[in-house]
Amino acid sequence: MLAREVLQELVQVLGAENVLTEQEDLMTYAYDATAAMKHHKPDVVVSPLSTEQVSEVVKIAGRYQIPIYPRGSGTNLSGGTIPTKGGIVLSMLNLNKIIEVDQDNLTATVQPGVIIQALNDQVTKLGLLYPPDPGTVTTATMGGSVSECSGGLRGLKYGVTKHYIMGIKVVLANGEVLRWGGKTVKNVTGYDLVALFTGAEGTLGIITEIIVKLIPAPETRKSILAVFDNLDKAGNAIASIIRNKIIPATLEIMDNATIQTVEHFVHAGLPMDAEAVLLVEVDGYREVVEREAVLVEQILQTEGSVEVKIAKNDQERDLLWLARRSALPALAQKRPTTVLEDATVPRSKIPDMLKAIRKIAEKHRLLIATFGHAGDGNLHPTILTDQRDEDEMKRVHLAVDEIFQAAISLGGTLSGEHGIGIAKMKYLDWEFGEAGVAALRQIKEALDPNYLLNPGKIVRRD
Amino acid sequence: MSVYNSLDSITDELHKCMKCGNCMAVCPIYKETRQEVGVARGKISLVEYLLAGELDMTEGLADRFSLCTTCMACNTNCPCGVRFDKIILAARAEAVRKKGLHSVKKIAFTALKMQRLFDLGMKTGSIFQGVALKHLPHKSDRIARMRFDVGIGTEKVFPMLAKKTLRSEFPEVIRVNNPKMRVAFFTGCMINYFYTDIGRAVVEVLNENDIEVVIPRGQGCCGIPASVNGDVVSARALAKRNLRAFEKLGADALVVACSSGGTAWKHVFAELLENDPEFKVLADKWASKSYDISEFLIHKVPFKKEGLGRVERKVTYHDPCHLNRGQGISREPREILTSIPGVEVIEMKEPGRCCGMAGSFSIVHPDLSVQISDHKTADIALTHTDTVATGCPACRLQLKSGVENAGIEEEVVHTIQILAESYRAGKKN
Repeated sequence: MLAREVLQELVQVLGAENVLTEQEDLMTYAYDATAAMKHHKPDVVVSPLSTEQVSEVVKIAGRYQIPIYPRGSGTNLSGGTIPTKGGIVLSMLNLNKIIEVDQDNLTATVQPGVIIQALNDQVTKLGLLYPPDPGTVTTATMGGSVSECSGGLRGLKYGVTKHYIMGIKVVLANGEVLRWGGKTVKNVTGYDLVALFTGAEGTLGIITEIIVKLIPAPETRKSILAVFDNLDKAGNAIASIIRNKIIPATLEIMDNATIQTVEHFVHAGLPMDAEAVLLVEVDGYREVVEREAVLVEQILQTEGSVEVKIAKNDQERDLLWLARRSALPALAQKRPTTVLEDATVPRSKIPDMLKAIRKIAEKHRLLIATFGHAGDGNLHPTILTDQRDEDEMKRVHLAVDEIFQAAISLGGTLSGEHGIGIAKMKYLDWEFGEAGVAALRQIKEALDPNYLLNPGKIVRRD
Repeated sequence: MSVYNSLDSITDELHKCMKCGNCMAVCPIYKETRQEVGVARGKISLVEYLLAGELDMTEGLADRFSLCTTCMACNTNCPCGVRFDKIILAARAEAVRKKGLHSVKKIAFTALKMQRLFDLGMKTGSIFQGVALKHLPHKSDRIARMRFDVGIGTEKVFPMLAKKTLRSEFPEVIRVNNPKMRVAFFTGCMINYFYTDIGRAVVEVLNENDIEVVIPRGQGCCGIPASVNGDVVSARALAKRNLRAFEKLGADALVVACSSGGTAWKHVFAELLENDPEFKVLADKWASKSYDISEFLIHKVPFKKEGLGRVERKVTYHDPCHLNRGQGISREPREILTSIPGVEVIEMKEPGRCCGMAGSFSIVHPDLSVQISDHKTADIALTHTDTVATGCPACRLQLKSGVENAGIEEEVVHTIQILAESYRAGKKN
């Protein structure tokens, strides 16, 4: 419970309508999209309307030593927005303006509460594109996706969120407001704090304005689907496409367990006994796309694909993508609880990783379906389970541990795009040792010495 | 187990939700408030906490459960196939069982049950409505605004009560020469008391297609206002009254021109009466032969195309949630409209977006209802049409209020009225 004077001060700054204190409202900020996580009720939820108000809230929190949990749409998959120590949830959703789209500098300036799709709807009209496209593009906020450094389907060719963040306005833990970066392509003035705050999950400061890079939207695109009866062949095909100097916009893979579930769900015509399906999309100028599509087709055939289909028009393209888009929904309907991981390996290790996951599933008698962004090595092993089954959940946790071990031993990483949050905090030293965790902690303590900003995430207080 | 009987009926539905938050992309309330409690995911969590004993059923909780227009947009966008409409109805029914019904609603729903008294009240109302309502001059609609604020503001534009109810305008059986079918017409309250022009158009079109129309006198309110607010007892009584009234006269099919009425006859009556062996059989029987008027004219008895006269209208069509997502009917009204000579159909941006009326929702949350409506009005304005067609009298009320307050010259009518207009035009030639 917060002291009455804290609430009074918050109301004074934000107005009563932007301060939620009733149980029934607070309980709806106790969770996010992460499966099988304990929920925690905040003491108050506030919705600031300006950077100044954010700064005031941070100062109040500092005076009374109350933790602050910044939150966008709460769609993250790492427990990153759960207010584990109560305190203040800072809902950024009312800061939802697209401030400027600058066609000369190819930038957009947005507030953190803008939904990613809303930005793209706006810039598409100008023939531009903001490429990062996480699965939650229609719901997630810019602030959330910058803080989580979300990826998506276009990572291979276009990179991820961090490649598009040019400048930020941040409120620090002491309430100071600072700007870093800007509209210039080149900027080496001081440390690269823009990069540091991108993916910091709200633990170092609160982002209140973002300048992003835009690119000219590709003129056209073409999709190709390839079926494989052998995982290694699929893996070789992925490597071969890249070796032939073709960088598709997307290069997705689905394993047998995913194919079976998806096919049962949408009847997209996938062979049930296929070991893997690759879905490739090339984009760019028409002439380039035509040429690359034919090359990709040839490579896939040479690498032993049993069936290759090129979409001739938008309808055929949509049909090919229906299967991929339906992967998560189809899997999610199979069992009540869906544990979705994002362990990532160098793309040449995709077949090894898929085989390791299969072994882990057999060992722990679990249903694990894997799909993901093969082109950038980012896989989504998806464990289909039931939170109510205690014995099975124990096995799920063991399997998750082993999936991370496998990824790291293959030269990969714990998280490609979902972030660490609470969910993967305990694995950090597996990847960069105690010294690495200590270095993170020093950075955290330099910027937020009292652990008031999203505490309990990424690094625990010693 | 029906959602009206126990909260346990929805535990499987709750477990399906993986909290992904995709409902945020489409929820009309959440888009206005941007508060988690406004969206399905928030209220699903509240029901879960309630079942787990972490929250008690308080009036505050019941208030949060009122934050839903039951537009079902979240159902359609849910990757896990969660039927949130079931969850919210079950939660509201539980709230009424535990906390009782809000006193104003209690009086209202009790009045709906007492048909004769209600009729008398409406009759008296039609004479004295000028005391509270200020009539607005308008070419096609009899509309008015409140003269004073009773808690819902004075901006909303209401239809005036009809001088004569629809059911008193017609005999119980309207005969035609050589009828090819006998169809019972469930009018619903709004068409009976306010929008009698829709009702007359239904009768006219059916007669034109050589169909004998029966309007059972004993029919009453469909009970949806009660059942969506958790007053299961009143809803059940109304369901039985209607089943008895239609059973008495009998018919080959039943038509409605109102999306709530259609939902009631097709789904809700049977769910309400699942533990009543005698009436469950009747509910199932009538459910199997209930049709929305546009569905009936496309699939059951394809309407006559010869004799259609020219109607010069630029029309945009608004999909009522309970007709579109509730009954899967969106193609049929458009097919009717496009087959009328002279009618040009111009689609608005999001024809399936909720208009924000949602029955008593617009009274309990008037500001929110208007905010939601404003998006619809803006989309309508962009079509530069002269007519909005829809398939639900409640939507018509909301849409009319929206365009009237925005100062847009736009008639709002039921699809069937344009078809009737076309048959009439055909006869003039």
